[in-house]
Amino acid sequence: MTLLLERMDHVRSAAVNFLVPAGCVYDPPERLGLVSILSDMITRGAGDRDSRALTMAMDSLGLDHSESVGQLHLRFWGSTLARSIPAALEVYADILRRPHYPAEEIDAVKALALQDLQALEDEPRAKVMVELRRRFWPMPLGQDRRGTAESIERITVGDIRAFHQKRFSPQGIILSVAGNIDWLPLREQVGKLFGDWSGAKVEPVVNKPPVFGNVHLCKDTTQTQIAIAYSSVPFGDPDYYAALGAVQVLSGGMGARLFTEVREKRGLCYSVGASYQTFKQVAGVLCYAGTTTERAQETLDVTVGELQGLINGVTEEEVQRVRAGLKSSVIMQEESTSSRAGALASDYYYLGRVRPVEEIQAAIDALSPESVLTHVKKHPPRDFTIVTLGKESLKMPPS
Amino acid sequence: MSFHQHVLSNGLTIIGEISPSARSVGVGFFVKTGARDETPAESGVSHFLEHMVFKGTPHRSALQVNYDFDRIGASYNAFTSEENTVFYAAILPEYLPQAVDILADILRPSLRGDDFDMEKKVIIEEIGMYDDQPMWCAYDNAKKAFFADHPLGNSILGTAASITSLTREQMQTYYDRRYVAPNITVAVAGNFAWPDAIKLIEKQCAHWPTGQAPRQNIRPAQARAHMQVMTKEKLNQEQVFMLSPAPAANSPQRYASDTLAMILGDDSGSRLYWALVDPGLADSADMSFHDYEGTGSYFTSFSCEPENTQDNLAIIQEILREVQREGVSEEELAVAKRKILSRVVRGSERPMNRMQALGMGWTYLHCYRSVDEELKNFDAVRLQDIRKVLDEYPFDPLTILALGPLPKLD
Repeated sequence: MTLLLERMDHVRSAAVNFLVPAGCVYDPPERLGLVSILSDMITRGAGDRDSRALTMAMDSLGLDHSESVGQLHLRFWGSTLARSIPAALEVYADILRRPHYPAEEIDAVKALALQDLQALEDEPRAKVMVELRRRFWPMPLGQDRRGTAESIERITVGDIRAFHQKRFSPQGIILSVAGNIDWLPLREQVGKLFGDWSGAKVEPVVNKPPVFGNVHLCKDTTQTQIAIAYSSVPFGDPDYYAALGAVQVLSGGMGARLFTEVREKRGLCYSVGASYQTFKQVAGVLCYAGTTTERAQETLDVTVGELQGLINGVTEEEVQRVRAGLKSSVIMQEESTSSRAGALASDYYYLGRVRPVEEIQAAIDALSPESVLTHVKKHPPRDFTIVTLGKESLKMPPS
Repeated sequence: MSFHQHVLSNGLTIIGEISPSARSVGVGFFVKTGARDETPAESGVSHFLEHMVFKGTPHRSALQVNYDFDRIGASYNAFTSEENTVFYAAILPEYLPQAVDILADILRPSLRGDDFDMEKKVIIEEIGMYDDQPMWCAYDNAKKAFFADHPLGNSILGTAASITSLTREQMQTYYDRRYVAPNITVAVAGNFAWPDAIKLIEKQCAHWPTGQAPRQNIRPAQARAHMQVMTKEKLNQEQVFMLSPAPAANSPQRYASDTLAMILGDDSGSRLYWALVDPGLADSADMSFHDYEGTGSYFTSFSCEPENTQDNLAIIQEILREVQREGVSEEELAVAKRKILSRVVRGSERPMNRMQALGMGWTYLHCYRSVDEELKNFDAVRLQDIRKVLDEYPFDPLTILALGPLPKLD
């Protein structure tokens, strides 16, 4: 288990962030949705406290918290006044090491999981992105954490306890803390709480190529949802900053290309954008646009046109704006204990170290039209995975 | 943190809270106008105007506005509510002059015809987007049902029809009427120097027209016993909202109301959570306190499988009856205060949040509340204050609106 601290003198709060390598890619194939259900069950009693007492303990500490399921990690996030963090860590030790997983509550949690699945059908924007990820990422990275109605039905408390036994081990856990916290007492306390915990190493995920292709999902909605993805280079790749720069040219601010061409100049959308997403070996650019059905074809064509148009180069003015935006984000992140705790863990997971601010700034300053174009030529936006959801299907662009 | 205030000769108010350890500065222009200030023919104009503010001035085209903001790495946006239209940006301290320059310039927009016609399409798209979001539809319709002919029931977005028929001249008239200097507050929070801020803002805004922009119909909302079911067969989950009156934004009782809403309906550990979400009867259930000028409202809501809706409604009504009878416990009050302390302190660490609180505080109260004062006010809430607010703003009668596959509800 790795402990990271960034001491922030200018705040009164602190945030803790446990990344546990037990994300939904580890759902057993016959028990899809298991990690999501586990993430709810895990706070229904731990150590000496039953469900109510545990919630009361966290609430009394003013600990705003969430347990969220990612592809590779189960993330336990909490934030409160710095002085309450030691007590919060005691509670987290119970949750991670001694959860009750009360059998009498499994039906309630499964009912919530089913509703989560049903609610997705009522949220077309979220739904289209789930379907995009299922088709774009290699499996099981593209798997949705929600599972299916049939698999949820099958899950038992026994399954959850077995999963915890097998997968919850200090090996690979990253605990990052940011805020007004001293290092030595923190290290000592974490050592006491977790030092005697042993467990097996997590086996790496084996990726299989994606199987599904483009699809149109028919639904009677006012807007048509358009989701597009293409490959990029992962975080840690020498080209990473150029890749990020290219996405910022597309979607970094309201002067960026997608907003300008699709929304400002043509009024086709309210919401349009692209974001960079990464895993250790693969990465991609995921784009979204929502538009009334009559205008969906034009929206798709213009959006794809902008993605493909990157190959023609980017201007110095564009890159200057990208640099300004990235630089601002990095500095303003220093105001947020949660953002810093998240960034520490992310850096450590991908790179095995935490990047100093100066390194990030220097990399941003080094961005140029040439460096971005070189990257785009090596990894041109193409071979798009496209999912649409709405009343009518669309004509797909030529590859 | 130190507070400062200055009023220009045209009536524009500038307020600032300096935090030397902050890494950024937030600046916001708070215009005291919103959906409630619209005539029916103008429905949606405040929000459409908010969009048009970014579409150019005599000095800048729409593209130049966006480029200028991006060039200084600003995080910027705007929002329109029933009562306020707020334009804001967070920037690194060295870019405050440019940010003020851009914001002050766009607040005197050109409202060019071509831009108006194009942006109208974007508004229609936005209306379409919300149309596909059942929780939003339920919320919007519940608000209309509760407020009825009170202007707070006015739609912020307008409808496709009202937006389509809106003319540029109507927008210009509305703008001239509402965007006058005494109706605008500029709030600045974070790492900046007060004399510099005044100079920058005065230079850009001293020539803005003065005038009065009175608000009509400031009155408390009436409680209404009302049940409305909107059937959309293709949805999976049922969304339900339940509204009742609450204290106004300038009421000293708003701290008690906010605390009560948290005890009853916070995400974690509240009565609604334990009664509905924990046992899996609803996938969400919450209560919040919304305050406005002259009135306020409690919004209670839940979403669930259609077949559980009737029972869940009964459970909530029993919870509300019980709290009406018995109040809350000392323990519930104590825990709520710990949560509030944590949230207020954490929120105060970002200049953007302080700027919003500053601007809203001034708009509704014409006074400054430091973080410590806010914490003191919440800490001062006693059981008898909760009892008093329950007596004056009971949870009965309720305006109830359900949206989903159900054909009817009792």
